[in-house]
Amino acid sequence: MFNISTQALFAQLLVGLINGSFYALLSLGLAVIFGMLNIINFAHGALYMVGAFCAYFLLNVLGINYWAALILAPLLVGALGMALERTMLQRLAGLDHLYGLLLTFGLALIIQGLFQNYFGSSGLPYAIPQQLTGGQNLGFMFLPNYRAWVVVFSLTVCLATWYAIEKTKLGAYLRAATENPTLVRAFGVNVPRMITLTYGFGVGLAALAGVLSAPINQVRPLMGADLIIVVFAVVVIGGMGSIMGSIVTGFALGILEGLTKYFYPEASNTVVFVIMALVLMVKPNGLFGRA
Amino acid sequence: MKTSVSTLALVAALALPGAAFAQDKNVKIGVLDDMSGLYADVGGQGSILAAQMAIEDSGMVAKGWKIDLISADHQNKPDVGVNLARQWADQEKVDGIFGVLTSSVALAVNGVAREKNLVYMNSGAATSDLTNSACSPNTVHWTYDTYLLANGTGKAVVKSGGDSWFFLTADYAFGHALERDTTEVVKANNGKILGSVRHPLNSSDFSSFLLQAQASKAKIIGLANAGGDTTNSIKQASEFGITSGGQKLAALLLFASDVHSLGLKMTQGLQFTETFYWDLNDGTRAFAKRFSDRMKNKNQPTMVQAGIYASIIHYMKALDANGSNPRDGVKMVDKMKSMPTDDALFGKGEIQPNGRKVHPGYLFEVKKPEESKYPWDYYKLIATIPANEAFTPLDKSACALLKK
Repeated sequence: MFNISTQALFAQLLVGLINGSFYALLSLGLAVIFGMLNIINFAHGALYMVGAFCAYFLLNVLGINYWAALILAPLLVGALGMALERTMLQRLAGLDHLYGLLLTFGLALIIQGLFQNYFGSSGLPYAIPQQLTGGQNLGFMFLPNYRAWVVVFSLTVCLATWYAIEKTKLGAYLRAATENPTLVRAFGVNVPRMITLTYGFGVGLAALAGVLSAPINQVRPLMGADLIIVVFAVVVIGGMGSIMGSIVTGFALGILEGLTKYFYPEASNTVVFVIMALVLMVKPNGLFGRA
Repeated sequence: MKTSVSTLALVAALALPGAAFAQDKNVKIGVLDDMSGLYADVGGQGSILAAQMAIEDSGMVAKGWKIDLISADHQNKPDVGVNLARQWADQEKVDGIFGVLTSSVALAVNGVAREKNLVYMNSGAATSDLTNSACSPNTVHWTYDTYLLANGTGKAVVKSGGDSWFFLTADYAFGHALERDTTEVVKANNGKILGSVRHPLNSSDFSSFLLQAQASKAKIIGLANAGGDTTNSIKQASEFGITSGGQKLAALLLFASDVHSLGLKMTQGLQFTETFYWDLNDGTRAFAKRFSDRMKNKNQPTMVQAGIYASIIHYMKALDANGSNPRDGVKMVDKMKSMPTDDALFGKGEIQPNGRKVHPGYLFEVKKPEESKYPWDYYKLIATIPANEAFTPLDKSACALLKK
């Protein structure tokens, strides 16, 4: 355990960073939805899975490649999300968080059940796009090009989202609408539409993560269910609703988990929850949360 | 005198309806499997279908038997499996439990079956402990076990030059048993083990583990895992350039459903051991045709599903030979051990005193994409492991039943 080579350490750090980018992208969507809409979106994992399936069908049924799927799948799934928000979630506005949680949890079970009924559990293969096959030999490890792309791309998306919400005028409207919807409406802003669009955007982020992960993992109905609990832990550690918090914790926990996989692999699927417990003891609102 | 005897008989018949005279020909069996998790394509709905087909094909209903089939999802959790098995024994009054993928659940249910004196025919779990340290007079282990996998795949790989190994092991009873049995085989054939890493069941990312395997410089990376864990390991190993870097993967447990899911491009050349392949002979093809026609996703049967079919067929034969249902698990298992097995899927075989069902094993290799001529044409047969070599020799079995 103590004969750590720096090479192996670097490799594990990098691998952790790659996994962290999925955590970041998913927890960002959750944070946006919770921070702006006060909805605990348990359907997030299921919609991430739908995003991956979307990419699969675009490729295998319509012949649309990965790059187009990267744009189309989030739009399609985002539209699905908006339909769900308009028809169901909207009716729960103003009620306790628990109602939204139960509704979205139920939706997640239904969506996963439907996919599993039709596609089984082993999943479907999705190949890495031609332009990103192969990899670079970094000396300490072989870095697949695709994984490098995932890190760069998701980091860009995360930062752009953060900028849009925290630094632009649109983001300011959005944050104002969360604080006091009645007042914002008085200024002539269509708040319900803004909420629907925000939910669609958050869900679109989940679908985007799904498309990104399709070439790495099998496209499986349960791919989201396996991930969503960890992602929730990430959001809780970062502070519910904090945009920057979810990005930073996403990447940080990915790295921590990667290191655990090296030093004590048996604990790698619990380490995130241990950290969550510790953080909650010291800072009940999460690392970046506001009281 | 004559009349008084018949009157007595009439009185007895009226007093004990059904019990004293009519034979008990009611049987209830349960299929307990992973219906929704990472092994659901290996067992799942296909297991239930296989059980239904076995009941239909046994012809028992025409002989006056009433056979009920129930099923449940153990979710790969031993506690859930144990609770279901208890509930089945106490409330549902099942006579036999079939299937039970996932070694940790299988070992737990093994205890319940013994306690409640049920018939327990396992098809799906891999751990060879079921007929060794954990053997029970109520248990028959049908399809395959870690001893077979280790001796089939492990031996073949070492003999073809793969003499240094690193294991990627699923961190529960199954992975541990498979790693242990394979390690023995590798060492016995003058190979060496360079290390291993244990990953949690149902991991989605294997890159950390694969990098450790890569750094070990072992010639062979032994995948002591199954289902979704194996498919993700194989896929990511190719992504990280492990296979193109000269190291080879040994998928110690691979199912037809895994190959189907990954595609031939990703799996070509992999060698592994199974005891059933749908395209093996006319008998298996006929079964597979009927099976896949009735499967919603048109999948071909896996060896686990085939094992459920064959084990129920044998159980039905034993019941039929017995004439009635004795409601006694040990008695029925003894009866089954006393009868040679014979079915279209596994051929002729027998059940050994320790509960191990023996039949030949097959070393297969996954075809290249251009070699595959029709849907699900995935394997070519490399070698047949005769029944008497495929499983733990009785004199080496640690089963307490053998030491009477």
